[in-house]
Amino acid sequence: MQFHEARLANGLQIVAEQSPGVHSVAVGFFVRTGSRDETDEVAGVSHFLEHMIFKGTARHSADDVNRVFDEVGAKYNASTSEEVTLFYAAVLPEYLPKSFDLLADIIRPSLRQEDFDMEKKVILEEIGMYDDQPTYTAYENLMQAHFAGHALGRSVLGTNESIGALTCQQMRAYHQSRYASGNIVLAVAGKFEWSELLALAEKSCAAWPAGGGPRSTSEARPSGGLKQVTKSNSMLQHVMHMAPAPPSSSPLRYAADLLTVIVGDDSGSRLFWELVDPGLAETAELGYNEFDGSGAYMGYFSCPPDESRSNVDRIRAIYEDVNRNGVTEVELAQAKSKVASRVVLRSERPMGRLSSLGHNWVNRNEYHRVEDDLTILRKITLADIRSLIEEYPLTQLTTSTVGPLESLGG
Amino acid sequence: MADQQIQTHSISNGLTLIVEPMADVQSAAFSLLVPAGSNYDPPGQAGAAALLCDWIMRGAGKRDSRQLSNELDNLGVQRNEGVGNSHISFTGATLAESLPQTLRLYADIVQSPHLPPDQFEAALAGVEQNLQAIEDEPRQKVMIELRRRCYESPWGIPSEGTLEGVERLTPEVVRKHFETCAGPHDAILGIAGKVDIQASIDLVEELFGGWKPKPVPAFATGPRGPARDHIPHESTQTQIGIAYDSIPYRDADYYAAWAAVSILSGGMSSRLFTEVREKRGLCYSVFASLNSLRDQGKVLCYAGTTVERAQETLDVTLQELIRLGQGISEDELDRCKARAKSSLIMQQESSSSRASSNARDWYHLGRVTSLDEVRHKIESLTVRSLLEHIARFPAKNFTVLTLGPEPLEVHLAVS
Repeated sequence: MQFHEARLANGLQIVAEQSPGVHSVAVGFFVRTGSRDETDEVAGVSHFLEHMIFKGTARHSADDVNRVFDEVGAKYNASTSEEVTLFYAAVLPEYLPKSFDLLADIIRPSLRQEDFDMEKKVILEEIGMYDDQPTYTAYENLMQAHFAGHALGRSVLGTNESIGALTCQQMRAYHQSRYASGNIVLAVAGKFEWSELLALAEKSCAAWPAGGGPRSTSEARPSGGLKQVTKSNSMLQHVMHMAPAPPSSSPLRYAADLLTVIVGDDSGSRLFWELVDPGLAETAELGYNEFDGSGAYMGYFSCPPDESRSNVDRIRAIYEDVNRNGVTEVELAQAKSKVASRVVLRSERPMGRLSSLGHNWVNRNEYHRVEDDLTILRKITLADIRSLIEEYPLTQLTTSTVGPLESLGG
Repeated sequence: MADQQIQTHSISNGLTLIVEPMADVQSAAFSLLVPAGSNYDPPGQAGAAALLCDWIMRGAGKRDSRQLSNELDNLGVQRNEGVGNSHISFTGATLAESLPQTLRLYADIVQSPHLPPDQFEAALAGVEQNLQAIEDEPRQKVMIELRRRCYESPWGIPSEGTLEGVERLTPEVVRKHFETCAGPHDAILGIAGKVDIQASIDLVEELFGGWKPKPVPAFATGPRGPARDHIPHESTQTQIGIAYDSIPYRDADYYAAWAAVSILSGGMSSRLFTEVREKRGLCYSVFASLNSLRDQGKVLCYAGTTVERAQETLDVTLQELIRLGQGISEDELDRCKARAKSSLIMQQESSSSRASSNARDWYHLGRVTSLDEVRHKIESLTVRSLLEHIARFPAKNFTVLTLGPEPLEVHLAVS
């Protein structure tokens, strides 16, 4: 593995990892923008813009974009989160120049009015699709309630109203301010030549405007609460909760990863043995979401409605026990084995490395080889887990639920 | 394409081992198919295989449920169990040095599971709640119900079971399902990654050689559901499922069938994505896929759209399915070939993909196709061969199922 790094004059950052022995190369533009960078007037614009990127430029029509990617057999897509919009393609090395030219070109789209009007319908359908999924509704409500008054509480999709009212002009202005070169990281992983890649980036990206909008990353101070939605035709009760956890820049994040695996991995964890194994819940998991400035523990379970209240109590008992007594050496060792194996398996494909490479750079301006991550992982001790719990104990501070129940009760 | 080394080895009790060493990975993966799938669920007791799939992991050999789970976790095994029509599948991947011990555990799981009576109710609750979770996911629900209406039973009966079926399950029924079905006959084990062929054969002989053969059980067949149906459901979107006949993986013409569906729905320049979503903005999600059982295949299509636009979505989708037979461009076929080539090459980066793909090949074909052979078959496709296939298996005799607030009409007189 060889790591390369460069910065173009306009501020675009490039990070690249060459791997011997793989057959493909993955390229991603990580744009440091998402729903947290929006205002009420343009709620949902980051995600809508992600769709519009594929509608083309002066050089490529919308049909061209999909056609050319398919002609080279690219595996390509995009995603939008609260904080990053990602555009990526994995291709065979011989198609890197053609795919790169296209991917870089569409980052600065024409944003034509007729495409905007058509794609708006697709976005409204996507909102409709998620509206029928109780887990998604629960997540949206949870983020809104937990991060009330903070930028992270903004919905990625927006609402029928905000999307309905959004104009193409507003989207152009948003693109101009947020897609400045200083906000973009180009990450590349797999089989490629560094000099060739650098030349491609110079050719396609050097003329992009410099700059980069600031982002407020003050740590959220959630006050918690309960948000309930009654959905009478739902069979299960879906319950999610959140509590503050380390932000993405914190050295405690490794401990947070391990703690959530111990307590809430989808199998072999405390939640699994207490809730899922005995048949009290269909799913019960705890994860760690690292956001810029404010992390969050996020738990989720679904179960027959009449078990919901007792499951909330069971989880409370588990969290209180962990907060008071910590975890065991055996649990920690087991979690390390699981995480180490995941890290290695994920790294075998360029797409897996791309994600880690890009997010590490966007969040922390840092590069970790797979071995570096494994070394750090091995060194985490019970004392680190204790420090984490002291600063960020496990709780169900904010809860959101969707299902047949009128009230979670209690 | 890189030289691929694939070795198959049959154990005298019937189990087939397929090993593929991969030079550039640190991991090793396996896919173990045990012939105890949902086709063998007793009539009226759909869910026996699904329940076994949960119960079987609750202790085996010298280890109880927790010891087993802990040891798999300590070995770093990323694992999954699933039920299909023909087999229960156990798949996993981990660092190569942990594979032998992992296989030891799975040899116990399939040959000497405890099936502890005191944990039957818990396993049952898990299966039941999984079915309830599907009821809460209309997209999943419509495709499961579509299969019931386009395939005869037992192939169309949900592998996950049914809420009525699981109510009638008892520990005796599920134990009997294990005893009659879970044997080495028709069992397949695919292994791929940083492994040695001879060492793998020796290990598998040692671990599975003593597995006692069983007679292959039979199952009764029955009719499929109605070809036109609507399931009322209060929701924002209407879910649309469409099916029509195609051919299975083992058919000599399979790659033509695959390419035809790929032109409909592979990549974002495909027909359905372009016509239904990009040009008309009718939905977010629309796709078609070729679903292959061992001896029969269907094209299954999905679209989800808000109620007011559902009729137009169904009309346009059916029209596109039918229109495929009227002509295909060389460019469309070229794109399909390019996507296939890149998928085949990228498969070589994943031990899990290779292990599963080899095991699946053996089930369908009784042999393994090399990536080169697949590539050759795809490269020799022509527009003409695709159209000839479509002429033999045109998009007609549709099964159409909708799930949502209002039923839709099937207009086949579309031009």
